[in-house]
Amino acid sequence: MQSAPEKSDLNAAGFRAAILDPVREKPATVEGPRGKQAVKRFNVYRNNVTVSLINALADIFPAVMRITGETLFRDMAREFVRAHPPVSPLLFLYGHDFPAFIEHFEHARRMPYLADVARVERAWLTAYHAADLEPLDPQALAKIAPEDLEGAMFKPHPATGLIRSPYAAFDIFDANRNRETIGRIDVTRPQDVLVTRPGMDVTVTGLPQGHGAFFASLIAGDCLGDAAEAGARASSAFDINEAIGGMFATGAFLSVTTEQT
Amino acid sequence: MTPTSLNHGASAARPPAAGTFRFAAHTARIPALAGVGFKHTHLDAILADPDPVGFVEVHAENYMGDGGFPHRALERVRQDFPLSLHGVCMSIGGPQPLSEDHLARFKALVDRYEPALVSEHLAWSTHDEVFMNDLLPLPYTEETLNHVCSHIDRMQDVIGRQMLLENPSTYVVFENSTLNETDFIREIVRRTGCGLLLDVNNVFVSATNHGFSPMSYLMDYPMEHVGEIHLAGHAVQEDDEGEPLLIDSHDAPVADSVWDLYSIVIRQSGPIPTLVEWDSDLPDWPILRAEAAAADRILDEAAHSFLMGKSHAVGA
Ligand SMILES: [Fe+2]
Repeated sequence: MQSAPEKSDLNAAGFRAAILDPVREKPATVEGPRGKQAVKRFNVYRNNVTVSLINALADIFPAVMRITGETLFRDMAREFVRAHPPVSPLLFLYGHDFPAFIEHFEHARRMPYLADVARVERAWLTAYHAADLEPLDPQALAKIAPEDLEGAMFKPHPATGLIRSPYAAFDIFDANRNRETIGRIDVTRPQDVLVTRPGMDVTVTGLPQGHGAFFASLIAGDCLGDAAEAGARASSAFDINEAIGGMFATGAFLSVTTEQT
Repeated sequence: MTPTSLNHGASAARPPAAGTFRFAAHTARIPALAGVGFKHTHLDAILADPDPVGFVEVHAENYMGDGGFPHRALERVRQDFPLSLHGVCMSIGGPQPLSEDHLARFKALVDRYEPALVSEHLAWSTHDEVFMNDLLPLPYTEETLNHVCSHIDRMQDVIGRQMLLENPSTYVVFENSTLNETDFIREIVRRTGCGLLLDVNNVFVSATNHGFSPMSYLMDYPMEHVGEIHLAGHAVQEDDEGEPLLIDSHDAPVADSVWDLYSIVIRQSGPIPTLVEWDSDLPDWPILRAEAAAADRILDEAAHSFLMGKSHAVGA
């Protein structure tokens, strides 16, 4: 990326610094017409930038905002926007580091599950814009010789995201995105959440015990045998046939290879 | 969540592919009718409306993802309507070179959707890599003129066709400006061969904010290069001296004073494709449709008197 020329008639660096820092004075070359002041005038740009980016985050993270309430959300988002402005004009890519920011935001400390809910929402938007590719057909497994099955490795679909949470990230996400009223949720129940998009609609699945470890292992590139072991280690209730069924029901994978090929 | 028109019938019966568009090539001129900014919430209503709008416009950046519902929706409206592809984030007005990645994404959209019109803004939004998501102003000088012209040259080279440049709405001026906006724009057109997108609301907003007459701006504006007009609503705030400061908010109906200006422009220049922009606090479809219909009435009237004027001229 080429840097902007240091000195130019548009002092873009100075303009940007003043836009993102409300304490800084407006750029010296900026003024009102016919000797008018330009404090409020320059603040229009400041406000447009800050508010539009806060709104973009509110659109990406509606469940987080419902949990925190609008005031806390906007405070948190304002601080984030100023510290981490977007580095791409594609706003649907924005906010990947918002969950980590939430984790360290003092006023959100009493909601330790909030960052993982944000991770699920961020994965939702990634899946929404992902490439239109057919997920792996279940028939693909039938074509693999039984002795090669353990060594099979799977490539994740570009829409696929996995969030492994020590909190009830799925229940909290689902209640706040999809339900009018929210019942009691045991937030301390660990949940693994799989985000996929088998067609046009994004699917968010709360995984059974052991499946999070299984999917994590597959997504990391381990073979099916190793992933099954990881699942079994994570939960005594883990069932490999159920887990393989889940791979195809969710459309989480794109293709399969065996070590021989 | 997914509008029903995508779930059955339409897209299955008519698979979206090049060649199925009712208005296939951009070389076929877009009709001088009113269009609307396309929002996904209006998809079903737009397709079902017995009185279809003349064209739709989309913000290019919203369709720069790899796939999913946005592309599905755009393919579907593109089957039935001519398209205007409106870039918001190219940052043509800044000093740094345009992003080659962004140019490549823009060209891919032009190739895929074959828009009748392609436009961008006389503004900037990116510095180094930081994107500020607003149309920021620039001083009008020989130096900034050179930057803007080389950026437009680059963009037209990449997309392989002419683009329209939109006049900005601004809230401040620069003490180091040496050219006025209309002279600046005229010189850009002369050097780059680009066309113009005249945003009449922007003219009204800037004129109010900076205390000049919108009519004298328009009289000075190179109308013969205008390929599209924008109309939009604005909001009213106060400047530092307590006088009205208009904000280009795109969240309201077009103001009466902007309709008046628009009528004058169309009566003078003849019919020009006209887009009603409405980007936040979105209304129900019938309200947006009525705004476009109001523009169509003015275009219709002008089409009649324009033709009559021409036949008189021929007869004389
Ligand atoms: Fe506009």
